[in-house]
Amino acid sequence: MKTDMTVKIGTLKLKNPVMVASGTFGAEYRKLIDVGSLGAIVTKTITLKGRAGNPPPRVAETSSGMLNSIGLENRGLDDFIRNKLPLFPSGKTALIVSIAGDKETEFIQMAEELNKIKKVAAIEINLSCPNVKHGAREGLVAQDEEASYNIVRAVRASTKLPLVAKLTPNVTDIARVAVAVEKAGADAVLAVNTFAAMAVDIDTKKPKLGNVTGGLSGPAIKPIALKMVWDIYNKVDIPVIGAGGIMNYCDAAEFMLCGASAIQVGTATFVNPNTACEIAAGIGKYCAENGVKKVSELVGNINIGAL
Amino acid sequence: MKQIYAKILKNENLGNGFRRIGIAAPYLAKNAKPGQFVELRCSGETDPLLRRPFGVHRVTKGGIELLYEIVGRGTEIIARKKPGEILDLIGPLGTGFVLPSGKPTAILVAGGNGVAPILFLSEVLAKKKVKQHVLIGGRSKSHILCEKDFKRCGARVSVTTEDGSKGHKGLVTHILKELLADNGPKPAAIYACGPTGMLKAVANIARTHRVSCQVSLEEKMACGVGVCLGCPVKVKRGHGLCGTGYEYKMVCKDGPVFDSEEIYWE
Ligand SMILES: Cc1cc2nc3c(=O)[nH]c(=O)nc-3n(C[C@H](O)[C@H](O)[C@H](O)COP(=O)(O)OP(=O)(O)OC[C@H]3O[C@@H](n4cnc5c(N)ncnc54)[C@H](O)[C@@H]3O)c2cc1C
Ligand SMILES: Cc1cc2nc3c(=O)[nH]c(=O)nc-3n(C[C@H](O)[C@H](O)[C@H](O)COP(=O)(O)O)c2cc1C
Ligand code: FES
Repeated sequence: MKTDMTVKIGTLKLKNPVMVASGTFGAEYRKLIDVGSLGAIVTKTITLKGRAGNPPPRVAETSSGMLNSIGLENRGLDDFIRNKLPLFPSGKTALIVSIAGDKETEFIQMAEELNKIKKVAAIEINLSCPNVKHGAREGLVAQDEEASYNIVRAVRASTKLPLVAKLTPNVTDIARVAVAVEKAGADAVLAVNTFAAMAVDIDTKKPKLGNVTGGLSGPAIKPIALKMVWDIYNKVDIPVIGAGGIMNYCDAAEFMLCGASAIQVGTATFVNPNTACEIAAGIGKYCAENGVKKVSELVGNINIGAL
Repeated sequence: MKQIYAKILKNENLGNGFRRIGIAAPYLAKNAKPGQFVELRCSGETDPLLRRPFGVHRVTKGGIELLYEIVGRGTEIIARKKPGEILDLIGPLGTGFVLPSGKPTAILVAGGNGVAPILFLSEVLAKKKVKQHVLIGGRSKSHILCEKDFKRCGARVSVTTEDGSKGHKGLVTHILKELLADNGPKPAAIYACGPTGMLKAVANIARTHRVSCQVSLEEKMACGVGVCLGCPVKVKRGHGLCGTGYEYKMVCKDGPVFDSEEIYWE
């Protein structure tokens, strides 16, 4: 018997729970993998106006992980709509556009523009990019419940598209921020973005990133990300999307058992471009072998036993 | 560009930490151009995690060869691989060298393991009957690679070592300067690969003598295919977001070969 692999994120229906994460996927991968087998593609975060990004080096490898400090390099909303969007296939794979900004008005303007484009299935609000300073303010939007609430609220009012709020793990209690974005009207909450981190070359005494600090991703962060998904799942009613170090279908199943309705694959795509496609097939097989009729039955189905 | 699982045919020791690995990969043999590279996965483990980039060193019958220097954990793992084992690689990646039209003289400058892509270029130029002068520079005698291979391509070869243990003592750029100062016919193009300092010096000399120059650059990479924006190099032209006279291009996708005049050298 074939498992029903579809999942629902608010009004957004996905053919399967596997997405590729923002900043780690682009149309270039169409040459290497069957993009149509993915549940969704999340595009690299864009801002209203273009940004130059951080000086090199922008990436550095660490034990079972990597640091990045890209600095949200992008050419802005207009260029994205004109030149990038057409490169993605329109079909059963949902296209989710990730946005960020310095001001509420920027988020609103972007959401309004994207609302008009049929190809866009949902908006992911990047509240958590650790690499860009928010004007004079220190820290990130997603480290501040009130600021997160305000942004999501503003975007909610300006689009009918399903909204995913992406959170930073660099907080004391991520579930509180999740509750705030749920109240603000997010359709789903996504955890996590990268962990603030750094590395130093002891011979040159220089930081391994041009920006000195950056964000850690990859298998090194998986157990921490998993626990955050679990914490959020226990506090909100909207779907949770899990991300952080997912390398194979076993990792993906772990996230779903801890409460993720869908998952995102980031760094693993660099290691093996086919990872997300293999995970989609792998979860299907896992469900079939375990008599799971609908993949959504896995969500939160962790067996804690009698406590 | 394809992801390929290719059988290792040989993995030979060239001495002093340099090795040459040959793999069976008809697709790459057919499609790779000089200056392009491949992204190689060191192991199936998560540590080291990322793929490693290597320039295509040579195209053989039904395959390619890579020349690599053992500098860290990834290259150490690759060095231990045996013929018959399977390598996971993606390629060919990036843009290649733009070949000269006609049959003028080309000067090829290679520093250290920078000979890797330069030999492939030399072999292709030889087929096009382009006259070549190859300048190889290294720290000492043991860092001078592929001299015989270049000679087999019919190239004139000049060697420089910093300690004078082979060829001229000094830097490869000294020879380049002398060559261009000669009153003979100007070369049509300079092609260079090696340490950034060397490339910058080569670019300066090329500018002084008004000879077109292409350099193959290196930067740390994650995806290798232009997706992550992780491998920027400062260039003078482009989308103009910085307002500072430079902006970024990606070494993996827009390069690794650039016109030296395009680079915003620092
Ligand atoms: C487009 C491109 C083509 C290349 N072609 C060749 C080639 O043909 N032959 C060859 O021997 N090497 C080549 N390199 C460099 C090669 O990729 C690195 O030496 C290799 O990734 C090091 O891996 P490692 O795990 O052994 O070292 P690591 O443990 O990762 O690092 C060891 C040392 O190598 C340096 N290093 C690591 N990655 C790079 C990199 N991408 N570029 C420069 N230095 C690096 C580190 O700074 C460190 O000092 C190329 C690099 C690029 C970007
Ligand atoms: C090179 C790189 C660039 C990234 N860019 C973005 C981005 O633009 N927007 C965003 O929301 N997240 C970005 N991320 C974070 C990922 O989407 C993901 O949340 C994080 O890497 C954790 O997942 P992983 O361990 O599977 O990579 C980036 C990550 C990497 C490694
Ligand atoms: S390594 Fe990812 S863009 Fe070049």
